[in-house]
Amino acid sequence: MPSNGSVSDAPITQFINCRILKEHTLQREDLWVRDGRILDPEKLFFDEQGYADRQLDCGGAILAPGFIDVQLNGGYGVDFSTPSEDPGAGVAFVAKKILEHGVTSFCPTLVTSPPSVYHKVLPEVKVQSGGVHGAGVLGVHLEGPFISLEKKGAHPEQFLRTFGGSGGVNPLLEVYGGLDNVSMVTLAPELAGSQSVVEELSQRGVTVSLGHSVANLSQAEEAVQQGASFITHLFNAMLPFHHRDPGIVGLLTSNRIPAGRSVFYGMIADGIHTNPAALRIAHRAHPAGLVLVTDAIMAMGLPPGRHTLGQQVIEIQGLHAYVAGNTLTSSPVPNQLTFDSRILNVFWGLGTTTLSGSIATMDMCVRHFQQASGCSVPEALEAASLHPAQLLGISHQKGSLEYGCDADLVLMDDQMVLEATYISGVEVWRK
Amino acid sequence: MKLIILEQYDQVSEWAAKYVRNKILLFNPGPERYFTLGLPTGGTPLGCYKKLIEFYKNGEVSFQYVKTFNMDEYVGLPRDHPESYHSFMWNNFFKYIDIRAENVHILDGNAADLPSECQAFEKKIQDAGGIELFVGGIGPDGHIAFNEPGSSLVSRTRVKTLAMDTIQANARFFDGDLSKVPTMALTVGVGTVMEAKEVMILITGGHKAFALYKAIEEGVNHMWTVSAFQQHPQTLFVCDEDATLELRVKTVKYFKGMMHVHNKLVDPLPGSLKKN
Repeated sequence: MPSNGSVSDAPITQFINCRILKEHTLQREDLWVRDGRILDPEKLFFDEQGYADRQLDCGGAILAPGFIDVQLNGGYGVDFSTPSEDPGAGVAFVAKKILEHGVTSFCPTLVTSPPSVYHKVLPEVKVQSGGVHGAGVLGVHLEGPFISLEKKGAHPEQFLRTFGGSGGVNPLLEVYGGLDNVSMVTLAPELAGSQSVVEELSQRGVTVSLGHSVANLSQAEEAVQQGASFITHLFNAMLPFHHRDPGIVGLLTSNRIPAGRSVFYGMIADGIHTNPAALRIAHRAHPAGLVLVTDAIMAMGLPPGRHTLGQQVIEIQGLHAYVAGNTLTSSPVPNQLTFDSRILNVFWGLGTTTLSGSIATMDMCVRHFQQASGCSVPEALEAASLHPAQLLGISHQKGSLEYGCDADLVLMDDQMVLEATYISGVEVWRK
Repeated sequence: MKLIILEQYDQVSEWAAKYVRNKILLFNPGPERYFTLGLPTGGTPLGCYKKLIEFYKNGEVSFQYVKTFNMDEYVGLPRDHPESYHSFMWNNFFKYIDIRAENVHILDGNAADLPSECQAFEKKIQDAGGIELFVGGIGPDGHIAFNEPGSSLVSRTRVKTLAMDTIQANARFFDGDLSKVPTMALTVGVGTVMEAKEVMILITGGHKAFALYKAIEEGVNHMWTVSAFQQHPQTLFVCDEDATLELRVKTVKYFKGMMHVHNKLVDPLPGSLKKN
């Protein structure tokens, strides 16, 4: 169908011969894009008597909203928590690479670090739209340092903090240097003084997530009532489910969630961080809250070997990443990477089997989740797009193919293997 | 009248779609002469629209030089309401074919001045040179478009209050809630449709059988407005077996006996190839 409308001169693209994810199913419908947003073709037809300038044949493929990763620590040799001369460049490098995994928006994540790192890195990582240059930065996810000692996981013990007596977000402002460009904070609600922190962060529009914590269910519910809405990598770094005190896991079926609100929970569906049976239990208990995250670390995208995460050394074996054994080691930077060599670090470490982030990519997680849970393709796709958008309160704009939403898209086959990625209707990666 | 009797709904849909396709092709429309088509909404023509879309996709027919005039539209229902006739036509037909928006005419049930809107619609039909083929359905009360029992057989496009029968029949599209169904509509008149060169009425289902009987075996009567077409020179009634249940055996046998002749009307036209 021919040319354009009286409302705008911008060209209109019509994705044809595709199945789009809409209203929780795959529908055989065309998708219309103008000005980087999804267009209502019926309005275009009747109001503007307009039509498409060009048609893109999708060859029968699935067209879904681009993935949103709210927990990404780095990748391809870049560790967001390790200061370099140009943290912004590191984020941009990874942002470009993850387009290959269908991620169109993400939250660069900083693990527990000393204030100097936050003060250096945060001002350089700005919220920005995605495009050909890379996935959009929605804001930083600060995972720590206000977390539990017992559940620090791979976070460095020496930099953990408590809130102190003053109440409010002042301790956070001190440690982080500010909350600009911050979209999420993970904290342990059992730490004294957390209530006012959770409340104030929520009021400021920062998503509060519970994680790396030994909170019991009451403490967790209290935090949710104050505004917490996410659980950082469910099951990992928290007390295990117990039938007389389900702990944070109990939030999935808690009846003390305020009306109109929902608790979301991150799942690292790499087949390693969570046993598939546990994944299924969580999914069946609260399917609408499941948010797929990669929690990917610097080594994602790199070959097996030793690498640095924050202030620690980790070791890659296949799809597993562990806190490294006690050998003095230096990790040569692979030749194909050309970023600041000060990211190279040499440390003593203690051998453990503490999991240390994952190296699975988001599209791998989506496929694995669908396989392990037996859920439908639409459900698996929504866990990586709609749910994170709802969590961050941006579902009117991202994570969905409703009219008016940003045209951030992924094209894939029936096995959910990616063929192309689009941001604002422009192709930014093709297989 | 030609009474085309086919076994079931699907055959009716196919026959009717082929007839429309052939009429368009025979007319050979172009930028200087458009084929004007009157169109209905509702459950009955859905299958016919699906078939026409298929023919378009196969390259058998194009709607580039076709102008359409819908029969009716609810008053006061937002245009983008899923049950508006604008939505129906977009979702079931227009979005799949190559028709241009400026060639589509549907009454605007939200116009500030409804009588003017109706007059303007009549004028649009006139300006387009009249309607070549008007496709319609029949209500269980024998109405054509929203020309409810008692409507003048020479009526023109106007505002109508819907009969309780019609509201009940339409309730199924509004979650079964009678209070949600619009009570008024803009509709072409019986007279408007009578002015078309040719009229094709689709009738399927046993619940329409009595209306069909009243329309073709009894007299012309404003209580069964479809009966007006007994006085139109070129009318086709296309129906399934169930719709004939109230007709005389004699009527049914007579027209079934003509099927071998009537079926020629839907044969593929000689020389019709894939378009473009």
